[in-house]
Order: sequence, then C-alpha cells, then structure tokens
Amino acid sequence: MANQAQAVSGSAADMPQKRPRSHELNALLGLVGIALIFELLGWIFQGQSFLFNTQRLSIMILQVSVVGIIAIGVTQVIITGGIDLSSGSVVGATAMIAMSFAQVSTYPRAVYPELTDLPVIVPILVGLACGIVAGMINGLLIAFTKIPPFIATLGMMVTARGIAKWYTRGQPVSFPTDSFAALGQGMTPVFVFLAIALLFHIALKYTVYGKHTYAIGSNEQAARMSGINVERHLVLVYTIAGLLAGLAGMVIAARGLTAQAGMGIMYELDAIAMAVIGGVSLSGGRGSIVGTLIGAVIFGVIISGFTFLRLDAYYQEMIKGVIIVAAVVADMYRQRMRPQSR
Amino acid sequence: MAGEERNVILRTEGLTKHYGGVHALEDADFELLEGEHVAIVGDNGAGKSTFVRQITGVERPTAGKILFEGREMEFHSPVDAREAGIEAVFQNLALADDLDVPSNIFLGREETYFNLGPFSFLNEKKMLQRSQEALEKTGVKIPNLHNSIANMSGGQRQCVAISRAASFASKLILMDEPTAALGVQETTQVENIIRGLKERGIPLILVSHNLRQVFNLVDKIWVFRRGRIAGMLEADKTDGNEVVSLITGVQSGVHENASYI
Repeated sequence: MANQAQAVSGSAADMPQKRPRSHELNALLGLVGIALIFELLGWIFQGQSFLFNTQRLSIMILQVSVVGIIAIGVTQVIITGGIDLSSGSVVGATAMIAMSFAQVSTYPRAVYPELTDLPVIVPILVGLACGIVAGMINGLLIAFTKIPPFIATLGMMVTARGIAKWYTRGQPVSFPTDSFAALGQGMTPVFVFLAIALLFHIALKYTVYGKHTYAIGSNEQAARMSGINVERHLVLVYTIAGLLAGLAGMVIAARGLTAQAGMGIMYELDAIAMAVIGGVSLSGGRGSIVGTLIGAVIFGVIISGFTFLRLDAYYQEMIKGVIIVAAVVADMYRQRMRPQSR
Repeated sequence: MAGEERNVILRTEGLTKHYGGVHALEDADFELLEGEHVAIVGDNGAGKSTFVRQITGVERPTAGKILFEGREMEFHSPVDAREAGIEAVFQNLALADDLDVPSNIFLGREETYFNLGPFSFLNEKKMLQRSQEALEKTGVKIPNLHNSIANMSGGQRQCVAISRAASFASKLILMDEPTAALGVQETTQVENIIRGLKERGIPLILVSHNLRQVFNLVDKIWVFRRGRIAGMLEADKTDGNEVVSLITGVQSGVHENASYI
C-alpha cells in the first residue's frame, strides 16, 4: 500500500519525482516472506530449519535451473510484449534429437548405429540448431505474418511435441556418452543457468539489443518510427528464446541420461510464471533478468518447501496457480496506478 | 529544378497519395524556404497528416516528387528521412513509455562504445550528457532524466519528443499537432521551443488546428482542403477570416462571429 501512495505522489508533474519501488525489490521481499513462512512452519511441524540446510538449498536451485534457463529466454520475449508457449515442447524435441547424436556405440539399439561415440560438440550443435530453428520459425511468423505470438507459439508447441514423439515413434533415447551426460550432472545445470542469466542480464541492461527489446515492448509503433528494425529484432529475440529452450532440453536429457518425448511438458508455463512472479510485465516493456532469477528462486522455495512439509504435490500445483494469478493481478494494478496520458 | 531558387529547402511537385479508392492527397505543390516556419491547416481529413507522412518517409507517395535541398528524394522509411536531416514529432507521441529520457532521445540511434551489431555496449554517459544539452537548448526542465517517460506529464513528454527532434534535425522539423493534448502552460512551453527553433534558423512545418497559435508562430500558412492545397497565405498579410474561408471553401463574410478563429 505504501507503494500506491508513492505512485500517486510521483504523478504530480512539478514535484520532485520519486522512483516507485522496483519490481525486483517487491519480488525479493516476496521471496523473503515466503522463505520465512516455510522456516516458521518447519520449526512448528518438522522441528527443524528449512533454510539452514545446504543440501536442501542446492537441490532447490538445481530443480529450478532447467526451467530457469527457459525463463531467461521467455523473459526477453515477454519484455517485447510477446509470449512463448513453445519452449516446453522444444525442450522435448531437442532432448530427443540431440540425444540421438550422443549415444554410445556399446548400446545396440542406438537411433543412428553408425553415428555413435561422436564428440560432444556434435549433439550440442545439433541441439542448439533445433532450438534456433524452432525459435526462428516462431519469430518469422510473428514478425512477418503478424499473427499473435500466442497463436504462433501455440502452433509450435503442438508441432514440436509431435516431432518429439514422431522422431523415435515414442521410444525413449538413452545411453549418452559420458561427455554429453556431464552437461547435466552434479551442479552443472546450475552453472549453465547462472552463466546464461549473467550473459543476458548484461545484454538486456547494457547493450542496444536490450534497449530495443524494451522499446518494442513499450511502444512498438514508436520503436518503428525511431528506425528500429522491429521485425529483425523480434526474430532475434524469439530465436534466442528457442536456443535457450534447446539448451535446457539438452541439460535435462543429460541429467536424466535419457530423453523422452514427453519431456518438458508445462515447462513453458513454469517459465512464464517465474518471469511474471519476478516482475516481468505481461504487457511488455518492463522486467529484468534479476527479477526472473528471483522468480525462479521463489518457485524453488515453494516446491522444496512443500516437499519439506511433506504436503501433497497437488497442493503445490494449486498454490503455483494462485501465485501466478496474484502476480499478474499485482502487475495490472500497478499499471493502473501509473499516470497515463493516453 | 530548384536551380533558379537557391534557398528552397523542400519542394513537392504533384505529390499524391491514394489509399485504395480514397484520394487522401492530390497533386500537392508545396514549397518551404530556408529558415522559414510554415503552418499547414485544414479541416479533418484535408490531407495534412497524409502530407506529413509522405515527407517523413512513414508512407510512400502514390505519385509526385519530393525535392529536398534540390535533390529528388525517395524515402523508404522514417530512417531515410532522418538521415537526410528531417525530424518529425508525431501526433501520437513516438515515445517508449518504459524507457527514460536519454533512451527515448537516442532511440534507434544509440551511442555505443564499439560496434558489436545488436550487442554493442551502450554509452549511457554520453547519451545522458547530450540529452542534457539538448534539453537545455530547448529550455526544457525535467527533474530526473532517469525516470521513465510514463511517470511524466503530457507536457514533459511532448517536450522530450520535441527536444529529440530538435537535437537531431539539422535541416527540417515537422510537427503534427504538437500541442493538441496539452494544457495552457505546457502549450506555451512548446511554443517557446518553436520560437527557439526559429531563432536557430531551423525550418519548421507545423500542422495545427489552432489558428491563433498559427498566426503567432509562423510566416506562411498553407491551407489544405479535401486532399488538395487550397492556397498559401502570408501570416502578416491575412486574417482569420481569409484562412477559414479557404479551409471551408465558403466565401468570406460568414465567419466573423465564428469561435474557431
């Protein structure tokens, strides 16, 4: 509520303007609040600390890393005012295809028996290429046919899932080489996630790429009038989102040592939720990688908190749904509080 | 073409724009001299904004020529027009609400440290400094340049848009209804910016509905009616009546008590 008062006083034109509290700070406060609730419930019901347990914390961050990688791409898409529903399916398709180029020769039923024991760079490049192609098709459709991102990526969601199933007629693809498996072992997914987050934090905050991403989400017409090549930029943003979904697909396949056609189902929604909880506005123009990072950790805290309290997974999903809606409502509310001359 | 009149900066010959069957602009012959401020007036749908969109490269004319500094120009996009030195302030503010002032002023032509394509690093310091200079030059005061535009008043936003145009326009500025949505005080501020441009010798084409403002600010008034140029009047040799007659196409004598003068 203090927030509301600030926004109102900020609208008076001649008064020195205060910055409204940033979305990231709100998300961080939310994170602290949720973590403290679990800490309290932990002492009451389990007689132990929730937070001060290194093992739990590392599992927690590991759990959100794969979806977190996707969320980094989705964040950029949402900042342009778009949405990407295809990432979960791209994860599935990429996992299958990349894994089929990473199998060991000792496994008799490899997808390509003559293409086994390949250097790790081959499946990685294949996987990244899959993600790039999927993302680029999304981007080209959205930028040039002007169909809504929701529809374009919904199409890709269904198509990519179809490809994942068709690729081996539904059979899982297993037995990767050690070097490919290493992508998903131990804390590697966390490092990949954090490295990607840092990279795109810099790109969004300090480069022309970031400035144009925000500008397009803020006012596409203005961006175009200012000479930004909006179409080219959108293709680039969706391609990056596809690439990151592909990367996530490889990491999750490597982590489980197997790829299945059903991998990544609902990941797109988790990724969108992470971004939205982290203060990325679904109407575009606002949000940050830092926010999404906090959103991802909030997600992890909720999942591991529920496991810690031995509550059913059903409750997790229900609570997740409620939190997503609450985050969007909060964003809408903030929007309305903004002084608007349009 | 422009050889005999050395100081013509912009000339259009037979400029025409059809949207399907709608003849929005028909055979417009227009001329702007160096350092001159002119207004374009006319009723709704007279072709004013259409004319501006052809000059600024937002749209491409169906027929006719645009001569800028004596050379025939073909603008494929607003970027082409900008590169030629023509800046525009549009009716629907072309600003990105969520970005701050320097980002808006430099939108689409950011200063960078070194060129890495889209991933070039921004030189925020230089952009901030040059934004301050631009705003100072136009006499605009904005308390905190790092606030996002969304948190500013309509007047401040319009001033940012105009400062952006003024700081880059080397040769010509077009303004389409710059004060339409502004209050009295803010309108005065914008008008002062326009007078400043006159002193600096930067030519201006002002589209306005406000005849009093037009008489206050410009040298010549071009009147558009139903897609055609109905005539040109020199501001100090005419009066509201004559202008309104041209706008409406009805002979003088009926407008003495009209409130729109």
